[in-house]
Amino acid sequence: MRRRVWILVLAAPVVAAAVLLLSGTRGFTASARQAQASSVEVKIDNFSFGPATLTVAAGTTVTWTNRDDIPHTVVSDDKVFKSKVLDTDEKFSFTFTKPGTYGYFCSIHPKMTGKVAVQ
Amino acid sequence: MSKKVKDEILHDHNHDGVDRRGFLKCMAWAGTGALCVMQGGVLKSYSLSKLSDLGASAAAAGELAFVQVSDSHMGFNKPANPDVAGTLKVAVDKINGLSTAPEFLLHTGDISHLSKPEEFDTVDQILKGTGKEVFFVPGEHDVLNDDGAQFHERYGKGSKGAGWYSFEKKGVHFVGLVNVMNLKAGGLGTLGHEQLEWLEDDVKHLKSSTPIVVFAHIPLWSVYPEWGWGTDDSAQALAYLKKFGSVTVLNGHIHQIMQKVEGNVTFHTAASTAFPQPQPGKADSPGPMKVPAEQLRSILGITDVNYVRGQHALAVVDSSLA
Repeated sequence: MRRRVWILVLAAPVVAAAVLLLSGTRGFTASARQAQASSVEVKIDNFSFGPATLTVAAGTTVTWTNRDDIPHTVVSDDKVFKSKVLDTDEKFSFTFTKPGTYGYFCSIHPKMTGKVAVQ
Repeated sequence: MSKKVKDEILHDHNHDGVDRRGFLKCMAWAGTGALCVMQGGVLKSYSLSKLSDLGASAAAAGELAFVQVSDSHMGFNKPANPDVAGTLKVAVDKINGLSTAPEFLLHTGDISHLSKPEEFDTVDQILKGTGKEVFFVPGEHDVLNDDGAQFHERYGKGSKGAGWYSFEKKGVHFVGLVNVMNLKAGGLGTLGHEQLEWLEDDVKHLKSSTPIVVFAHIPLWSVYPEWGWGTDDSAQALAYLKKFGSVTVLNGHIHQIMQKVEGNVTFHTAASTAFPQPQPGKADSPGPMKVPAEQLRSILGITDVNYVRGQHALAVVDSSLA
């Protein structure tokens, strides 16, 4: 009985460390994969950008696709990029060469906002 | 609650931001058809089917009648309505069949779906069927890609700034405002400093007894900010109109009929002639609402407005296209 308790107590930190290590590794590979990718997709559905927040490596091309029945635009807050109006299934791409955080929105429906962090 | 039909439609409404400062007196959802009359300072709404009970109604004998058309979205061709030209033609037939012929039309924006020249051309051609003068303000769909240059060239002659203007008809002062330009990330409709200054100056010299009709695309009251259904600086505009005994605000944008009275101001949004949109918060997004084909025309429509001198109120009648 007592031995079992000891094993549990001893095992707990090991298990916790293993979980941390696993999740940490998974998180690392996911962000590394994202950072290495040269192109990333953002879908516009139901008047929102998905994903609304994106982290990419410099040099990545982001492509937005409008899947709504209503036209949208993709316009950066600081006028770095600005799409023409995108009707259903139309796309807009922009290649982010400089690190920084780029907020953007739909200039027709300004409640729709998103962000691209470039590393 | 039983669904008993009453003369008077008095719905409570408790969405955030709608009745914060005022109170919602009546609201008639798309398709019901309603006549709104100010009586003793209170706006009342009557269902169209009961109109005969009102006897000599205000709408029957006005001194100035006009029609509001909104959100024709020419160029839209998705399942919610694959024939927006057809439904606009039905709206024109409806206008031509009104017992009191309107003197002119107001179009409260989203004339086109994608700001294409042929879309504007088609609307112009169809509305010519009324033989009436049309006063326009732009919707966000009319100023895509060119900051409104095309809209301004077609409809903005003699207007100020991005296309705002005013005119008089039979003692009623009409003000067309533009709240779809220079929209900011995360924000709502915007009038902007220059337009607000112009408005203050435009109404300054008018007597407080002058009936005022303000028309703009996006609602000038907070209908549902979560979907962008409101105008950030509308309170400033309304402050300039405080001294007037009768102010009627006509908007489009939300593709459904909604009304509210706040002090001397009656707010009204018109149905679209193209496709319906969901009630605030009742869907994932404000995208086009698909309804069975046989129901479509019953939730599209036009708004007929009648001014009777001395009544301090404009009678606002919504008719469906069914």
